[in-house]
Amino acid sequence: MSDARARILAKVKASLRAESRGPEAVAALEARLSDPQRGLVPARAQLDAAGRLALFERMARAQSASFDHLQDLADVPAAVSRYLKAENLPAKLRLAPDPDLEALPWHDESLLTVESGRATGDDLVSLTGCFGAVAETGTLVLTSGPTGPTSLNFLPDTHIVVLQADQVVGPYEDLVARLRAAYGAHVMPRTVNFITGPSRTADIEQTIQLGAHGPRRLHILLVGAKAAPARD
Amino acid sequence: MSETSPRVGLFVTCLVDLIRPSVGFAAVRLLEEAGCRVEVPAGQTCCGQPAYNSGDKADTRAIAAQVIEAFQGFDYVVAPSGSCAAMLRHHYPTLFEEDPKMAAKARDFAGRCHELLSFLVDVRQVTSLSSEVRARVTYHDSCSGLRELGVKAQPRQLLAALPGIALEEMKDAEVCCGFGGTFCVKYPEISNKIVTEKAAAVEASGAELLLAGDMGCLLNMAGKLKRQGSQVKARHVAEVLADLCDNPAIGESADGKA
Amino acid sequence: MESRAHSFSANAHDALNDAQLQKALGFVKSGFIERRRQAADQLPEFEALRDQARDIKNHTLDNLDFYLERYEAQLQAAGGQLHWAATAEEARAAILKICQDAGARLVTKGKSMISEEIGLNGFLEQAGIDVAETDLGEYIIQLRKEPPSHIIAPAVHVTKEQVRADFLSHHKDLPPDRQLDDPPQLVAEARQILRQRFQDADVGITGANFLIAETGTSVIVTNEGNGDLTQCLPKVHIVIASLEKIVPNLEDTATILRVLARSATGQECSTYTTYSTGPKRAEDPDGPEAYHVVLLDNGRSGMLGSAFRDVLRCIRCGACMNHCPVYHAIGGHAYGWVYPGPIGSVLTPSLIGVQEAGSLPNASTFCGRCEAVCPMRIPLPKMMRHWREQEFARHLTPTAQRWGLKAWAFLARRPALYRVCTGLAMRSLAALGRGRGRFRRLPLAAGWTDHRDLAAPQGASFQSQWRRGLRAKVRS
Repeated sequence: MSDARARILAKVKASLRAESRGPEAVAALEARLSDPQRGLVPARAQLDAAGRLALFERMARAQSASFDHLQDLADVPAAVSRYLKAENLPAKLRLAPDPDLEALPWHDESLLTVESGRATGDDLVSLTGCFGAVAETGTLVLTSGPTGPTSLNFLPDTHIVVLQADQVVGPYEDLVARLRAAYGAHVMPRTVNFITGPSRTADIEQTIQLGAHGPRRLHILLVGAKAAPARD
Repeated sequence: MSETSPRVGLFVTCLVDLIRPSVGFAAVRLLEEAGCRVEVPAGQTCCGQPAYNSGDKADTRAIAAQVIEAFQGFDYVVAPSGSCAAMLRHHYPTLFEEDPKMAAKARDFAGRCHELLSFLVDVRQVTSLSSEVRARVTYHDSCSGLRELGVKAQPRQLLAALPGIALEEMKDAEVCCGFGGTFCVKYPEISNKIVTEKAAAVEASGAELLLAGDMGCLLNMAGKLKRQGSQVKARHVAEVLADLCDNPAIGESADGKA
Repeated sequence: MESRAHSFSANAHDALNDAQLQKALGFVKSGFIERRRQAADQLPEFEALRDQARDIKNHTLDNLDFYLERYEAQLQAAGGQLHWAATAEEARAAILKICQDAGARLVTKGKSMISEEIGLNGFLEQAGIDVAETDLGEYIIQLRKEPPSHIIAPAVHVTKEQVRADFLSHHKDLPPDRQLDDPPQLVAEARQILRQRFQDADVGITGANFLIAETGTSVIVTNEGNGDLTQCLPKVHIVIASLEKIVPNLEDTATILRVLARSATGQECSTYTTYSTGPKRAEDPDGPEAYHVVLLDNGRSGMLGSAFRDVLRCIRCGACMNHCPVYHAIGGHAYGWVYPGPIGSVLTPSLIGVQEAGSLPNASTFCGRCEAVCPMRIPLPKMMRHWREQEFARHLTPTAQRWGLKAWAFLARRPALYRVCTGLAMRSLAALGRGRGRFRRLPLAAGWTDHRDLAAPQGASFQSQWRRGLRAKVRS
């Protein structure tokens, strides 16, 4: 394979006449990577906190995500029970092994069975936190890690996500900045999922069907928004 | 250059020259009514598109050099065809990369070239016409004029200035008619499929007269409509704008019999 | 993949006469075009973003060696393994070795055009490895033993009645009298069938929409979630991608993503955009233990220094074919190889030779709609014309055509002779056609008159009338 590497790079360099790239040009390339500049950020995404929350909800709902607004994290277990009952789903939950989520008052919901860990093939409902959300397109961002098994985002039929209001940024670039701050420059976790609504396909006669292979339902518990945002 | 009475060289185009001269006369009338002095330089034959689009760059260059030479000294060069005008205006300058002198000449020439309808509206600022033609028409946007030269609003503006004309937009007016120069005879079945759909859209518009700014498209669409026994007639839009519709429409006989 | 591009005209003929295909193609026009237009209209910055996306790719291609080396370093720092593959054979061999080393019996696949290009599935199956396509469209065509006919909607040529028939004949364990008439039922059945495959797979293979040099990351863009289940559940994740997928950093990725889904399906963004970097970390509860990237050249490095370099900006959105009148008429299979439509017409001759694929760049009216919608502003008609120039220079143009064009050019360069010859021809045709005003049949013009009438010339040419002092009749 190193032979292929040498051949390919030699051909690329020859095509580009790369030997003529001087040290200044290389320094410029390094600078572009070490000091990344934003491109054009759509005006739509540049909003204040209240505007971001409203945009996020509008965009996510347009992609068939559902919402529940909660005052406090402690309200999550009750909200989950309500949702499962309303959707006629069994009162059984696979919880992400996140100490902050595990510490919630699940015992108050006596009828709800809660187990934490990664997804097994039989879990119907999962609940996870998230790294953040992008208002620009109504997108949740989830990162892999000890408190966030990726399988919980895809295997179960229904995915419930706890999102705190201050996790919502406007444009993608702000989310990227938060990733770099959290993981270090140029370092990424194994997986970063940007998720916008439930799974879907249009492969049959170009008509959109929800619930292809990923979850059929995406339910967002939005905690701590000052007031329920106005719906367009 | 005299802006009040510019000297315009008419680039007739081979299809107008050989198959439908009345379009050329209509163009002259429109240009003269817009205050231009029109001349038709001899020595013009073809813009070179057939050679260009077939990959024959040598012949294309030779033809282009000939055209540039023939049209020296005019304030403007105007063609009643989007595809020919785009050839002159956009593609001629790209032909002479290895010949800087010729390239400069081509650029200068190209800057003076215009498609007829956009010339009338955008350069001569024509807003009214005296044509008394009465018809329900629909308009096909030929691809080169539309996408290379931005010709879209101008023919519609001119038609809107005629009290006797009602414009019914067809579905997919901007979709190709399937002519594509030699394409229609290289891939006749595919071309036929495309023009069949265009003909259906023309019929569905309810118009009695199909208009466009390119003879290639018009011959293709009119040919299909006639083959299908359609009652819809076809003309170059210049004929309507110049009130020169006394002669038979495209593919029609003098007595109008089918 | 084996090419049938040399029989393009025959392929097109079959496609035009295939009623099921024509019905399916109707959905291409109505769906994609309107949705893209709405998505573009709703984002005021869309045109400016196209320019930025083009500039990012141009910058990357200008410095591709630098970014490839940085990508490799970052990938390895994250615990991934990079396999350089100059040819399709090398790529297949690398993937097979990884699978065999992992003792793989079942491989799941996310959608990957590169895997089509290198003929991966058949190769693995011959080596005794079971390959399960998981993208619904790819799954359908796998059952039908067909290649994809579109780069993002591989089964766009299939009607729902055909899917129903395929499922009934292949999913033998399900009750034969079950309801399968509407799309939700078909999707639900595919979900059910493929679920177990996801969980049983030893190796998951995905493509990549982007390879990010800054972080050594591969990005996939899907709506179904199949790519994620493919890469997250098995022990080994293999990414197969070609060189030009490299982009410099995360901001660049965001910019290009903004034009990708909008151009492809009219969505603001796809449901799932997933960034994968290396294997699972020690503390991750799930994820693959090994992460391999097979980086394929297969002709791209050669294109870099050629007249066709702009084509390397392609982000595989499919907008060009969605808007192409030729594609609408004949569908994707007629193009005979992996990549159909306008992008296929330019890329295919580059990758498999113009002698095999020379028809493709000729089968275009140059209407320009492809270039108008390409998010990366690739000048596709100009690229097709370049191929025609190469064919002309190498005398690959059909003889009759070449002679006809040469004859016309000969006359066009000699105005006096032109006037004599054409004058004669036109006056004869005018006389011949005076009765009806048009011809139903004309010798040497069968290509035209087989399908449409030919209007008769009016008579003497414009120039000859002009020179005789004739002007338009005075308005009555």
